[in-house]
Amino acid sequence: MYSSVLKTFPDDHRQEGRDRFILSKGHGSLALYAVLAEKGFFPSAEFEHFAEFESCLGGHPDCNKVPGVEASTGSLGHGFPMAVGMAIGLRIKNSSSHVYCLIGDGEANEGSIWEAAMLAAHHKLGNLTCILDYNHSGDRALCLGDLRQKFTAFGWQSCEIDGHDHQQILMASTPTRGEVPRMIIANTIKGKGCQVMENNPAWHHKAPSPAELDSLLAQLT
Amino acid sequence: MRRQFVVTLERLLEEDSRVVLLLGDIGVFGFRHSFAKFPMRTINIGILEQASISFAAGLAKEGFIPVFHSIAPFVVERAYEQLKDDFCYQALGGNFVSVGASYDYAALGCTHHCPADISLMKSLPSMQVAVPGHPHELDTLFIQAYANGCPTYFRLTERSNEEKRDVVFGKATVIQRGDALTVIAVGPLLETVVRAVGGLNLTILYYTTLSPFDGDTLAENCASGKIVVVEPFYEGTLTNDIVASLQHRHVSITSIGVPHRFLTNYGIAEEHDIDCGLTSEAIRRKVEECIHA
Repeated sequence: MYSSVLKTFPDDHRQEGRDRFILSKGHGSLALYAVLAEKGFFPSAEFEHFAEFESCLGGHPDCNKVPGVEASTGSLGHGFPMAVGMAIGLRIKNSSSHVYCLIGDGEANEGSIWEAAMLAAHHKLGNLTCILDYNHSGDRALCLGDLRQKFTAFGWQSCEIDGHDHQQILMASTPTRGEVPRMIIANTIKGKGCQVMENNPAWHHKAPSPAELDSLLAQLT
Repeated sequence: MRRQFVVTLERLLEEDSRVVLLLGDIGVFGFRHSFAKFPMRTINIGILEQASISFAAGLAKEGFIPVFHSIAPFVVERAYEQLKDDFCYQALGGNFVSVGASYDYAALGCTHHCPADISLMKSLPSMQVAVPGHPHELDTLFIQAYANGCPTYFRLTERSNEEKRDVVFGKATVIQRGDALTVIAVGPLLETVVRAVGGLNLTILYYTTLSPFDGDTLAENCASGKIVVVEPFYEGTLTNDIVASLQHRHVSITSIGVPHRFLTNYGIAEEHDIDCGLTSEAIRRKVEECIHA
């Protein structure tokens, strides 16, 4: 997304003409930090201090501390309706910027997700694209079934892709000038590529030991 | 006061292109001119308060000044976490304008009462809170505060004082000075208080901004050390502010407000005033008790 889709300005991260990316599933902060640092929003030296008392990098992202983070998220079901509000704000300003939002299937348990889905469709927000990371981690509590069909029923233009296939992500997320918001259901496997992690809930929130890290890196390369 | 809200907002929509009005499917007829004149910035967003507050925060992120309007429990209690995370924590400005107050819609029952709104809103860091007592005061306070960059709550009520007072956002107004004790009257209860204490030699301070709380005016006007606070929401809501304003002084504080229980009767607001002890007669009795205590 940050390499090929989003228009960003790492040196001037609040530039009006940027596209907005909102990580609504804020617990994915580590991935976002890694990308933002690589793209030059802040120095990667900050990683050494992750989650320390005075660090700007916490378990959930803070938009007033981390350049490039558009919204402080963490509590599920907040970033997505904010993205909808930003999309309508951009429309009022006659801006050509696009809003992207990443939500999760567990997050889609929240009623506010479906409230926002209705709002975006009603207001015909063609400048909004949402990616739903469908890793089925929420299934153990609440099975959501065919999410593509559900969002289509809510008035979204929905498609389904392999969320690990960069080409498919690129194809699906390239902006169009349609009149409806777009939902990309990205089918994913939690921990994909690392055998011990794949679909293993123990790794939902855990740091690998140095030995584990070596073996995980070997599997990924 | 609701009519004044329409007038004030119509003017601001005209004068300030950053203002966006979001109605929680109430007041739609009242704002018909705004819908016609500013269709992009006047939105009947629907009955979905959680998403509405986050949506408003998204607008604020894009440089707009959102004004969200609904009945008190749906503004404050339904979407409390959205107010906390999406406005206060993100440091965004916006305005939340409620109607119904503690029990204006008495006959609709407890789901439509909201005596907890002020204590809840005051618990949120950076949330500013205004309780105007007269339509003109609403206009003054709103104009002074709507673009201050902070989340700001305005509590509107169906009942207001007949006389308008000179008010300034963030400041208390001295109504009269006296010796026996100091009465703090909040918003629409001022008139009831003034009637209650007629002929008594005491100080009356009038508060229409509750966050930030003007502790200086209180500290300068309570030599007696006796304070009676008359608050049109849960009793005790302002006690912390009073104590914090008068550190290291020995004071006695009596709170007269809505008792901390569900008001399960219906009827009209005035019957609840009697039930809650928020009438001039009941207030006078308590004030006299305090004077002689």
